[in-house]
Amino acid sequence: MKNILKISFLIILILFGNFQVKANEKLQLLKIDWSFKGFFGKFDRGSLQRGYQVYTEVCASCHSMQYLSYRNLAEKGGPEFSIEQAKAIASNFEVKDGPNNDGEMFTRPGRLSDKFVKPYANVQEAAASNGGAYPPDMSVLVKARSGGANYIYSVLLGYDDPPSDMIIDDGVYYNTYMPGNKIMMPKPLDDGLVEYSDGTEATEEQMAKDVTTFLAWAAEPQLEARHKMGFRAIIYLIILIILVYLSMKKIWSRIESEI
Amino acid sequence: MSDHEYNPKSKFGKWFNDRLPLLTLASHLADYPTPKNLNYWWTFGGILAFCLIIQILTGLTLAMHYIAHADFAFESVEHIMRDVNYGWLIRYVHANGSSMFFLAVYIHIFRSLFYGSYKSPREIIWIIGIMIYVLMMAAAFMGYVLPWGQMSFWGATVITNLFSAIPLVGESIVTWLWGGYSVDNPTLTRFFTLHYLMPFLILGLVILHIWALHVPGNNNPIGIDIKKPSKDTVPFHPYIVIKDIFALLMFMLLFAFFVFYSPNILGHADNYIEANPLVTPTHIVPEWYLLPFYAILRSIPDKLMGVVAMLSAILVLAAVPWLDTSKIRSAVFRPLYKQFYWILIIDVLILGYVGAMPAEGLYLLVARVATGYYFVHFLVILPVLGAKEKTISLPLSISRPVLGDPLNLSTDKKKESLN
Amino acid sequence: MSEKKTKRREFLFTASYAVGAVGVGAVIWPLVDQMNPDASVKALASTEVDVSSVEPGKSITVLWRGKPVFIKRRTEEEIEEARAVKMEDLKDPQKDEDRAKNPEWLVMLGVCTHLGCVPLNDKGDYNGWFCPCHGSHYDTSGRIRKGPAPTNMSIPQYEFLDNNTIKIG
Repeated sequence: MKNILKISFLIILILFGNFQVKANEKLQLLKIDWSFKGFFGKFDRGSLQRGYQVYTEVCASCHSMQYLSYRNLAEKGGPEFSIEQAKAIASNFEVKDGPNNDGEMFTRPGRLSDKFVKPYANVQEAAASNGGAYPPDMSVLVKARSGGANYIYSVLLGYDDPPSDMIIDDGVYYNTYMPGNKIMMPKPLDDGLVEYSDGTEATEEQMAKDVTTFLAWAAEPQLEARHKMGFRAIIYLIILIILVYLSMKKIWSRIESEI
Repeated sequence: MSDHEYNPKSKFGKWFNDRLPLLTLASHLADYPTPKNLNYWWTFGGILAFCLIIQILTGLTLAMHYIAHADFAFESVEHIMRDVNYGWLIRYVHANGSSMFFLAVYIHIFRSLFYGSYKSPREIIWIIGIMIYVLMMAAAFMGYVLPWGQMSFWGATVITNLFSAIPLVGESIVTWLWGGYSVDNPTLTRFFTLHYLMPFLILGLVILHIWALHVPGNNNPIGIDIKKPSKDTVPFHPYIVIKDIFALLMFMLLFAFFVFYSPNILGHADNYIEANPLVTPTHIVPEWYLLPFYAILRSIPDKLMGVVAMLSAILVLAAVPWLDTSKIRSAVFRPLYKQFYWILIIDVLILGYVGAMPAEGLYLLVARVATGYYFVHFLVILPVLGAKEKTISLPLSISRPVLGDPLNLSTDKKKESLN
Repeated sequence: MSEKKTKRREFLFTASYAVGAVGVGAVIWPLVDQMNPDASVKALASTEVDVSSVEPGKSITVLWRGKPVFIKRRTEEEIEEARAVKMEDLKDPQKDEDRAKNPEWLVMLGVCTHLGCVPLNDKGDYNGWFCPCHGSHYDTSGRIRKGPAPTNMSIPQYEFLDNNTIKIG
């Protein structure tokens, strides 16, 4: 028991020291009480649907989401559009298909089974069209950045005037939260940029929150199922632990009684 | 194994057992006399067997959907996470299972270091254990490359490049490992094959490990030899089995918290970016369980000597049965060794921490001191302690030999009280 | 040990085993289910086909769930021929009306029911299809008339979304 305490103390000491160092070095990110964080976290459906609207109208012209399919928009745990809505959304996009019987490639309206249409054919075209900087695919972007949802949210709202002693070239912008403070994406959000179909006021903060929520779901569509299964698994394990513990005591009591 | 006859109850059982004595083996394992004073640090062997089985089962099922090609690997992992039934669960169990596997193996190793389980006559068990540990590290290193993220690619580049430090043939060896002029598709496909192979080599070694253990029998917390069977032992089934299951369930509880609530916390965000040979991540780090060795590697300014130091750090473990000259097994009776043992643990944790930091400034200095101390512990302190340490007297047996003798007096003390 | 104590012990051990077994099942199920068709495969379970360019007497072949589907626009003669066949003459008796609800269009899996080859159109002794692998002859309704195939070529689930579009599956 003493040894366990010693080890735990050591670990706490190290982790604590680690956090102190990190806090002094790194800028604190803007934080939100995300609905999907924590043991019982869930996605806010309305926020997801608004976030999808922001993605489509503001971001999708440069950022692909190549691992998502249109049917995901209607699946449980996500924005949960109806099947008809999702079909309608898919049919708005032209998808490359083929070759047909003449050997030609052609385009057709999107279907539920199609992946999200990409704005550029490949990474090179995307970078060339954006001043040499590739707008990253956003399917797992929230998991691909230290700080996750808070980081994305902070960058979206972190545009500012550069300090007087910093020279910023044309086509580069100052961002408080971007490592190195320089970002090649112009400020994407402004108040009223999108007219939300559910009537919510589209302030910059609101759009940033909604699109980040959407991106968090896109990176982890199984989050709600995972939390649900986790809850059941842990309750189950606790029950079994109690039963096994009592069984263990019962079995070992045979030894004590022999001495 | 020859000291008991097992008679199967059913006719079919007898017929089968006469041709392949599996039932005799099962009976041997179930009845195996085990010290009754084993504490929970002894449950990690069983936990490790569980981890190996879980990694094999989840690995097999992942391999049914994973595509081992540089153009499709990352995409196939996302396919598993999004489309395959329970794919996300199997993937997260496999990735976090790797961390749990190493957590358990470190506890298992440090149990042996504390209680002298590596000492005669258990040296071969210990050496087979070190071999298992090395294969685990190889499997984990190659497995991490498979998702073909930035850390996968660049970690593979850094570690395979180390082989170029070998004089004369180094460059050829690296090219041979890569199957090309850099880490690329040929490297990935062969790493997939070898990663698939490792667990079965490990399984074979585990069987030898347990077989070798069953010759002398288990060590125990006070490190004294036990004649078996005796009042000091219990049959493995049900006494040890139930205790192992209890400990395993606690371990699974911790495992479940990672898998279901923080599945990515032990990983690195950069590995969710597809591998890009033109862009190097700002900090290349391996998974946490390889950090101490990474720190040792980077603490030596010379490339070849860094590699030698890293390999020596593992090999020195194999030599411990001969470096530790003490006649007393368990640290319970070695008060000075006990202090140095805890300092070693702090040293290893420090190495792990600086392994994750950039190799410069204060971090580099600390890494060098900690590396030096690591070798001093094994090469200097262990041999010297064996000769110089004043140990506590050992008890005669595990059970109280006489009722009303709460101190379980050794022969020395008995002599004192008589005078 | 007393009666009550023994009963309590038995219950405890039985309960532990039972709860444990539930856990083992819960672990095994995902490992088994992952081999079932995944979401991307299930999403491709149905296909929509544009048949506006198909002339009477002609047919097209489309891929559905990895298998060929023959879509034939039948002429009046072919329909009459199919309807005139007597049930006693058929190895696998089936009325043409049951196979092609809209008699002008025959939609069926182009897989020979013998051993799975793809039969050839406009061939054979019955004005329908002929399978070159082992010599099965099918009529204008895709029914087996001669040869080793045991049953008629099967009709998948399909519906007309409009006059020009068939959704299969």
